[in-house]
Amino acid sequence: MNILAIDTSNYILGVAVIKNHEVAGEWMTNVKKNHSVRLMPAIDQMMRETETSPEELDQIAVAHGPGSFTGVRIGMATAKSMAFALQIPVVGISSLEVLARQGTFFDGLICPFFDARRGRVYTGLYDGEMNVVMEEENIDMDTWLEKLKAMHQSILFVSQDISEFRGRIEEKMGDRAVFPTPAHQYARPSYLALSAMKKPASSTHTLSPNYLRLPEAEQKWLNRQEK
Amino acid sequence: MNNEQYILAIETSCDETAVAIIKNETELVANVVASQIESHKRFGGVVPEVASRHHIEQITITLEEALDKAGLTLDDMEAISVTEGPGLVGALLVGVNAAKGVAFAKQKPLVGVHHIAGHIYASRLEKEFDFPLLSLVVSGGHTELVLMRGHNDFEVIGETRDDAAGEAYDKVARLLKLPYPGGPEIDKLAAEGEATIDFPRAWLEDDSYDFSFSGLKSSVINRLHNAEQKGETLKPEDVAASFQESVVEVLSTKAKKAAEAYGVHQLVVAGGVAANSGLRKALQETFENTDIELLIPPLKYCTDNAAMIAAAGAVAYKQGHRAGWDLNAHPGLDLEKYGKRGQVPQDN
Ligand SMILES: [Zn+2]
Repeated sequence: MNILAIDTSNYILGVAVIKNHEVAGEWMTNVKKNHSVRLMPAIDQMMRETETSPEELDQIAVAHGPGSFTGVRIGMATAKSMAFALQIPVVGISSLEVLARQGTFFDGLICPFFDARRGRVYTGLYDGEMNVVMEEENIDMDTWLEKLKAMHQSILFVSQDISEFRGRIEEKMGDRAVFPTPAHQYARPSYLALSAMKKPASSTHTLSPNYLRLPEAEQKWLNRQEK
Repeated sequence: MNNEQYILAIETSCDETAVAIIKNETELVANVVASQIESHKRFGGVVPEVASRHHIEQITITLEEALDKAGLTLDDMEAISVTEGPGLVGALLVGVNAAKGVAFAKQKPLVGVHHIAGHIYASRLEKEFDFPLLSLVVSGGHTELVLMRGHNDFEVIGETRDDAAGEAYDKVARLLKLPYPGGPEIDKLAAEGEATIDFPRAWLEDDSYDFSFSGLKSSVINRLHNAEQKGETLKPEDVAASFQESVVEVLSTKAKKAAEAYGVHQLVVAGGVAANSGLRKALQETFENTDIELLIPPLKYCTDNAAMIAAAGAVAYKQGHRAGWDLNAHPGLDLEKYGKRGQVPQDN
């Protein structure tokens, strides 16, 4: 079973190649540079170095959001078209779940999140087995923290946007909030592949991003209809 | 070399998700366009984020439909071409990355194509080019006169200094409260009216092939405003006809003047506004008794499609244009610079 995993949904650009259930190669950057330019050269290099030809792939795994709308689509367009061309399954995995896997051995609950601006976050809550404890959503951080506080459990916060929210989290959660080292705050593409192995494949045609947010024009239009 | 050469093309620069396949540069094999017009109607124009979301949902469906219609597989393709610009960046990115995914998976050459080069090359699917030729490009974003002395050799000899012709159409359509998209609506209305209002024609300097439509637009606004103040009613049909006559007269007169000055053999009309019946008629009359052959693409090639990208892509491919895996979307891609890439022919 050979899997190519692709994540361009947030700042992280991640590519991994799994061969026979082993991580043959993994590449990740955390720089805010054009994912569209760098993704395919990264895939090309990773495939060469692991001596994998496109026809040898059995599956593509892709992070389907939430994240940057454009970033999510860059990965999805690449993954869907490769899966279509190679006639192999593609599996879409939540970008939050990929991040949550960094807390696999944590004894408590895991809260991955991405900054969604204006005090809001894309977030969800998982246990160590990656079961969903609270569904992912686009929510005001303060409202979300109230919900987490009511869980009365230790919670590991995994995010590269921690510095932005750390004060608020500590204020609300006190000792129950746990923050990992920076190395554990990034979504790793090998985890994406791992998640994909456990999920059923999606239909290549219908697999679409999970934005957790409407386009601004559509939200405004809906607001007008409600008046 | 195989004597049947197929080129697949992807176009997602605005609100159409399109895939086409052509054979031996000019024979159309499949041309699939998934239009989003209905989704943008309620917003009164194309919303870039909405367009991008549609593209990602339609892209592989459109690819499959084109291959099925052609009865071919990706393995049969010689190269994959894609619109890299100009256009909406988020929309272009879906097509560019999908093209890269397909090309990488099948290890096929990748060719980036300029959208306007595509519009011009749409005509070559009907009739072989005879250089030098002049192209009149008229669309929502462009109004240009492009001189071509050979394949992929573009010189912009005139362009709009303010609004594009299509933009002026959209604005006047909004003033007349016509539904989106406004251009075809004005064309329909104009056919029922008479050009009774004398709107200005912007000829600019004697030696200039540039265009300007903002004065015309203001003039329409003023005329409607004055009529409203005086309580006088203007027939919208007449406003549309008068406006259209002004646009069409400037376009066809300038095109003819430039075509004669440069001694071209053909005038190639390109872009969405090439579907306008008033413009088609005026150009036919203007070029009727000249030695210049008029090429107006059939309606299906006027609006955005991938057949035109395949047509331009096939020529670029032959000239040795190759994109790397780092191909990006270029929303402001320059036509002249695009033409100068990879002019060294390669023989494989
Ligand atoms: Zn166009």
